[in-house]
Amino acid sequence: MARKRYIQAINEALFEEMERDPKVILFGEDVELAIFGDTRGLLERFGRNRIRKTPICEATLAGMAVGAAATGYRVVFHMMFSNFIYTGFDAIANQMAKLRLMTGGQIELPITVIAGYGGGRSTAAQHSDTPHPVLMNLGGLNVLVPATPADAKGLLKQAIRGNNPTFFLEASGRGGDSGEVPDGDFTVPFGKAAIVREGADVTIVAIGSMLKPALSAAEKLHSSGIDAEVIDPRTLVPLDEEAILRSVRKTGRAIIADEARDRCSAASHIAAIIADKAFEWLKAPVKRVTVPDVSMPYAPNAELRALPGDEQIASTAAECMHAHAR
Amino acid sequence: MNERVPHHWKGFAMAITDQSNPSNEQLLFLFERMKLIRLMEERLRSDAAAGKLPGAVHLYIGQEAVAAGVCANLRETDWITSTHRGHGHFLAKGGDPKAMMAEIWGKRTGICKGMGGSMHVADLSKGILGANGIVGGGFAIATGAALTAKLSNNGRVAVAFFGDGAANQGVFMECLNVSTLWQLPLVFVCEYNHFCEFTPTVTVTAGEIADRAKAFKIPCEIVDGNDVLAVWRAAAKAIEWARSGKGPAFIEARTYRIQGHLEAEDLFLAGGKYREKQEIEEWRKRDPVTRFSEHLLSTKVCTTSQLDDISAKIARTVEDAVKFAEASEPADPELTFDVMFAGQKP
Repeated sequence: MARKRYIQAINEALFEEMERDPKVILFGEDVELAIFGDTRGLLERFGRNRIRKTPICEATLAGMAVGAAATGYRVVFHMMFSNFIYTGFDAIANQMAKLRLMTGGQIELPITVIAGYGGGRSTAAQHSDTPHPVLMNLGGLNVLVPATPADAKGLLKQAIRGNNPTFFLEASGRGGDSGEVPDGDFTVPFGKAAIVREGADVTIVAIGSMLKPALSAAEKLHSSGIDAEVIDPRTLVPLDEEAILRSVRKTGRAIIADEARDRCSAASHIAAIIADKAFEWLKAPVKRVTVPDVSMPYAPNAELRALPGDEQIASTAAECMHAHAR
Repeated sequence: MNERVPHHWKGFAMAITDQSNPSNEQLLFLFERMKLIRLMEERLRSDAAAGKLPGAVHLYIGQEAVAAGVCANLRETDWITSTHRGHGHFLAKGGDPKAMMAEIWGKRTGICKGMGGSMHVADLSKGILGANGIVGGGFAIATGAALTAKLSNNGRVAVAFFGDGAANQGVFMECLNVSTLWQLPLVFVCEYNHFCEFTPTVTVTAGEIADRAKAFKIPCEIVDGNDVLAVWRAAAKAIEWARSGKGPAFIEARTYRIQGHLEAEDLFLAGGKYREKQEIEEWRKRDPVTRFSEHLLSTKVCTTSQLDDISAKIARTVEDAVKFAEASEPADPELTFDVMFAGQKP
């Protein structure tokens, strides 16, 4: 174990996987300069055949990832900000997510797309989205939302070794967050949630960037006598439903914190699963703490108003404690 | 009415000038491939009209010379991407007629096990990365395949077949840029069939499509797409150019879509029309299959009875394909869940 920054963990995963398999290539805008820091040093180590800066043309790059993966390479496509997923969306939605089914399983697409998501840094509406809901809805993509450096490293390594198109969404602006990362070669399996904090009274499902405020909320709740359990699903597709349901059956209360906009969010999807499969255990309505259905504003105070934080999570949890089922 | 002749076209001289003519064997092979596409398509037309096919079919009738002329210059290991009008490319690249027919019939013996249908026929083992239901969807996939060919240094090339309609998609320009920038072994083959779905191309297209490639200094050739030998020669040069590491090449094949955008389009059009019958009849006179068979006879490459024998053999192939499709089990609905992901449930 060693303490490492989130972005450093991603960088290590890229180094190790490119070292491990010469078929891994990485391309994207500005990856040679590594403006996010996660691709730093790769060009010097692996050369321009495997690390390629590209023109700004996400529609083509996403399609090229498909073509390169279908013809035998393992592709890491760095999209920089996840809003750029939308400019590449045709190839993502119509090709990447569907080609394997459409060809009757002939094609394997080992593609890892890295993109930074989320607000909080006054990057305004076109650089602040949390777009996992649209990706989850496509059906043919894995969606990873690692919250810790260890999970970032382990999930990214697993993604690069896997044979399915996978979106690795890193929380923008949290690259400096640090945490313990195991030494040596390790991977984190998809579809396995982490119980980050055990508790008996209320389950907080915290997605990606919401883990930190959720843990802080749990501390606040603790001081007022409420014992919160915090679960990090780590991957949204596949989703560890059982871990969430087990926890809710124990606590009888659930809130889901998600930086996506509320409508059709991961939070609403998980809430529906809980209502469907743990109904008789519920002591209170399932609550969602999400971004309202607005675009992210620029001004720091306006942005703060739109982003969910620890206080909102704590007050929602407290509300659940006082709800009475009829 | 919809014909447009480039008024200032000079073209780029390609470095490869050796245009040896195809051997007699190659000529007959070209004829077989064109005839196979034609008869398969005619059968699909009648089966579509009879309501036997579950989905829509977009027929390639009239454009056979393009797929046949280009693919005759490709190796099995070369890659192609195709369009929603993709049966011709599939067959020309060596795809199995039975497996294609069964696919279009929605059967489990189909090349994609009934999961893709007419617009998605693909055979990776033959380098066919798939027909594509998105207009312009193949450009970037072909560019990605060309990138890996270059990285592997394996001598493969990728061919992106696309229509005049797709040339108005932005990814066309993006892929011209990337492939030129990185000198990828990619051949763009624009099949100018005069229509963008239900719209005459000239009414929605500014300038010349080939000029867009010319802007990147990509070697270009505009050929009569109904003359299989003209296509064959242009493709031989373009593919050799790409294969030798000089970067992308571009062919615009001028042809004509005899059938509608899709079969049964009259139902959609509800009396509306986007072209004159007379125009179709004019183009029928330049039918690529008829023209080529006349050429083979006049140059004494073969006799009428030899051509008839080939046609009869192809007719049996088509009949066998239909029988195979008809007799096959329907697709396995559960397969949908097995093939979404590799080794993972949806």
